[in-house]
Amino acid sequence: MLAFLSKRIALLAFTMLVVSALVFAAFEFTPGQVARKVLGPFATQNQVDILNEKMGLNRPVIVRYSEWLGNTLTGDLGFSTLYKTEVNSIIWDRLGNTLLLAGTAFAVIVPLSIILGIAAGMREGSILDRSISVGSIVTTSVPEFASGVFLASIFVIWLGWLPGTSSLDTGAGWSLWQQLILPVTVMVLYDLGYVVRMVRASMVEVMTRPYIRTAVLKGLSFRAVIMKHALRNAMIAPFTVILLQINYLITGVVVVEAVFAYPGFGRMLLEAALSQDVAVVEAAALFAVLVSVSTQIAGDLGYMMLNPRIRFS
Amino acid sequence: MSSNAAATLEPSVETRKAILELRNVSISYFVRAGELKVVPNISLTLYEGEALGLVGESGCGKSTVAFAIMKYLGGAGRITGGQILFEGRDMTKMSDEELRKLRGGRMAMVYQDPMSSLNPVIPVGKQLMEVPLIHSNVSEDEAYKRALQMLQEVNLPDPARIMTRYPHQLSGGQQQRVVIAMALMSEPSLLVMDEPTTGLDVTVEAAVLDLVAQLRQKHHSSIVFISHNLGTVVRICDRIGVMYAGELVEEGPIGEVFRDPRHPYTRGLLNCIPTLNADKRSRPLSAIPGQVPPILNRPPGCIFAPRCSDADGPRCTAAAIPTATYGGTGQHRVKCVRVAELPKHVRPTSTAVDTVANEFTTQPPILDLDHVKKTYHQAIGMFGGSGYDVHAVDDITLAARKSETLAIVGESGCGKSTLAKVLTGIELASGGKVTLAGKDIGNTAVEKRDSDTKRSIQMVFQNPESTLNPSHTIGYVMERAIKKLKQISGKEARVQVNDLLKTVNLPLEFAARKSRQLSGGQKQRVAIARALAGEPEMILADEPVSALDVSVQAAIINLLVEIQRKRGSTLLFISHDLSVVRYLADHVAVMYLGKVMEFGSVTDVFAPPYHPYTEALMSAVPIADPDVKQRRIILEGNIPSPQNRPKGCPFATRCPRKIGAICDDTPPPEQVSPAGHRIACHIPMAELATATQVVF
Repeated sequence: MLAFLSKRIALLAFTMLVVSALVFAAFEFTPGQVARKVLGPFATQNQVDILNEKMGLNRPVIVRYSEWLGNTLTGDLGFSTLYKTEVNSIIWDRLGNTLLLAGTAFAVIVPLSIILGIAAGMREGSILDRSISVGSIVTTSVPEFASGVFLASIFVIWLGWLPGTSSLDTGAGWSLWQQLILPVTVMVLYDLGYVVRMVRASMVEVMTRPYIRTAVLKGLSFRAVIMKHALRNAMIAPFTVILLQINYLITGVVVVEAVFAYPGFGRMLLEAALSQDVAVVEAAALFAVLVSVSTQIAGDLGYMMLNPRIRFS
Repeated sequence: MSSNAAATLEPSVETRKAILELRNVSISYFVRAGELKVVPNISLTLYEGEALGLVGESGCGKSTVAFAIMKYLGGAGRITGGQILFEGRDMTKMSDEELRKLRGGRMAMVYQDPMSSLNPVIPVGKQLMEVPLIHSNVSEDEAYKRALQMLQEVNLPDPARIMTRYPHQLSGGQQQRVVIAMALMSEPSLLVMDEPTTGLDVTVEAAVLDLVAQLRQKHHSSIVFISHNLGTVVRICDRIGVMYAGELVEEGPIGEVFRDPRHPYTRGLLNCIPTLNADKRSRPLSAIPGQVPPILNRPPGCIFAPRCSDADGPRCTAAAIPTATYGGTGQHRVKCVRVAELPKHVRPTSTAVDTVANEFTTQPPILDLDHVKKTYHQAIGMFGGSGYDVHAVDDITLAARKSETLAIVGESGCGKSTLAKVLTGIELASGGKVTLAGKDIGNTAVEKRDSDTKRSIQMVFQNPESTLNPSHTIGYVMERAIKKLKQISGKEARVQVNDLLKTVNLPLEFAARKSRQLSGGQKQRVAIARALAGEPEMILADEPVSALDVSVQAAIINLLVEIQRKRGSTLLFISHDLSVVRYLADHVAVMYLGKVMEFGSVTDVFAPPYHPYTEALMSAVPIADPDVKQRRIILEGNIPSPQNRPKGCPFATRCPRKIGAICDDTPPPEQVSPAGHRIACHIPMAELATATQVVF
């Protein structure tokens, strides 16, 4: 187990290193100099040269990469040219906001999708199964911006129960949780159906296994068969998929954050990318990769916990 | 033996109480095509403490009946008529609640494939404890105690440790013992066993059957024992029911049915199974012609009539056939109009076996294996630096001459399939020399072999379903093989396709069909024809009949014998089935853990002196004849894992005739008789020769 974990963490470090090099290279080799990108089209060549000098951009790429890598490792993420401040002073706030949004959505999606998926899959073809399956397809196929606008027109414009923007500023009289309801709902609607269908498919498969027959012919009640014998087996396959949703929730929320003007990580990344804010994009990209690789490790660990065939092989 | 003697073996009917009674039960599956009446009308009675075997080929409805007894037919199945009386109460009218109380309590089931019948994520102890927790309303502690005790009763070593194991950590035999223990946990009055030993190795099967017989004595459960293997039924049961296409065609005490089978289908079954005491020289195998009719298209009258050699025109085909009682005991029931008029069935008898003599014994062998080895490295750790070697094939020396059948027999993991891979060039030998028709092929991978080498050795595989490409016609498959192997044009090859189809007794129209339109036996014929395409010197058949029903198996075996006679090709026949090997082989090699334990002509191997492992194998084979006596030798334990292979004799850990430390420490010497019979054992050949026949 320890060997497994250390191997995985070494792999994580290696992946991060490769990604950092790729991100750095992407900015290095795209057209236009960094200083020009920073100063804009109307600066004189002289000003560009001075900034180049000041930022040390005329040094060889390998030196600058090592320096940036060293800085990043010591916690210095650089200076944002868009927000005109240290990256450190902006990224953590935004990350916190997104974690709040994503965490709330995740806390709703996981239990709800498991319950619905199990309920649908335990009796394949039943009315309950068909309703849940159709419902999941419908919610998943409506894009976030559409459901966002749709829900906003009902609850904001028509009923006036909820705020139309979620700037997390409580000054306008909307509490934090009221501001979270709409963005969370949109994310849940979009993501839930997918996970439900994964859980359902796995459950349907498990219900055809001979050990379920054994459990029934032991005299167990249907409820006990589901809870004691089917549930855990049905969770093995979708577990990895569920953890993959964390990636989506943290980096894929650009649309939701844009629709509701939510001051989150995704929107920051979008704005930074549009205005060529190198330091922010690099830091954000590294973080996104960190999240995705860590969830993979967590996924593998959880998979081992759930599946004794892997644990004691 | 007379039927009077048989009758005295059975207690009289009146004194016994019926545990289970099926009265005119009909079972259907409802599918898109409509209602499939898989079991149109079946009636049977099971008395207290009795074991009834239900036998028949695949698709005859025996498993359907088993699950109907448990009232568990899945979504599509339904009992459409009749009554199932269990201890006097009609199960078809019971509520789910009542059924739950019976299942696992009063009636329990043992399944085929124990691995998949146990929940993979729950330790087996917990799965066992569930039964008393549900049915006996006991505390956790009490449930644990009962589970532990039951594991002890099914002879599992170290039951406390087994309790904490997950199913995948146990061997197949241990898993089946756990399933049996689970079924017995609540002392059921009825035990339904659905092919409980199918898929287990023969020595493991024998141990499980012995356990069932022993537990039967102790727990007095009545048993419905479903099997396709008549031999296992003889070991366990008092009565047998023969099913064909959903009907019970013959039923009666084991002795009466086997000594005087009255239904032509029962006779057909008995005539097509090879037994351990007969071979191809002394007894023909007669296959049953034709196939089981499709369920949607039942003929009127006797369902077996289209395949029956004793059918008597309209008498058999006009109207439904009643079930008649035959003989004095009143227990032998037969569904045949000619039940009384058919002559007494004569089993093809086994006469003294002649020696292996053929004109080629003086020729150099076609296939020569000289100290062949195949070692796999099992890597441990990230870079595979550490690890251990698995000696899958360890120093094998064998030879096969022209037009001879060399059989390699052994249980799973003995290395027989690895040897096949080396011969075909899928794997390269790690040591030694493989010579085929004078060419050294052991170190040439199949893709590097020249076309003549490829032509000279061809394979027939176990599962014809997966051997044939479903998108190609049979004609194309064969034409392509001929073209590639003989290096001739497509036009010439097409002509030869017809010859090949004739050789394997298939109609010429089959060339235009695709494999899904063929039955399992027909597919295997095509696979054999494909192997013959290049007129190979050597055909390598890896378990070619073990996936087939017995009647089909007989036909395929006959085909192999016939082809060999006509073409003089050499057959390397790999099998786990000793009866088939005994029937088909000229020479036999018995393998265990990668080593050849015994080699010799078929007559030498199947008579003393035996290697102790061969002896145990032979005593384990279930024989479908209650009059054949067999010495019983029980092997303890499992085949050792390749990691901790014994240092001395590979069989030492399980050998019932182990003579001491020498077996553990020193590899046994290979003793050779003047006739070329080789036995690798520390016990001197002269002493081994004093053993009595295992089967007599």
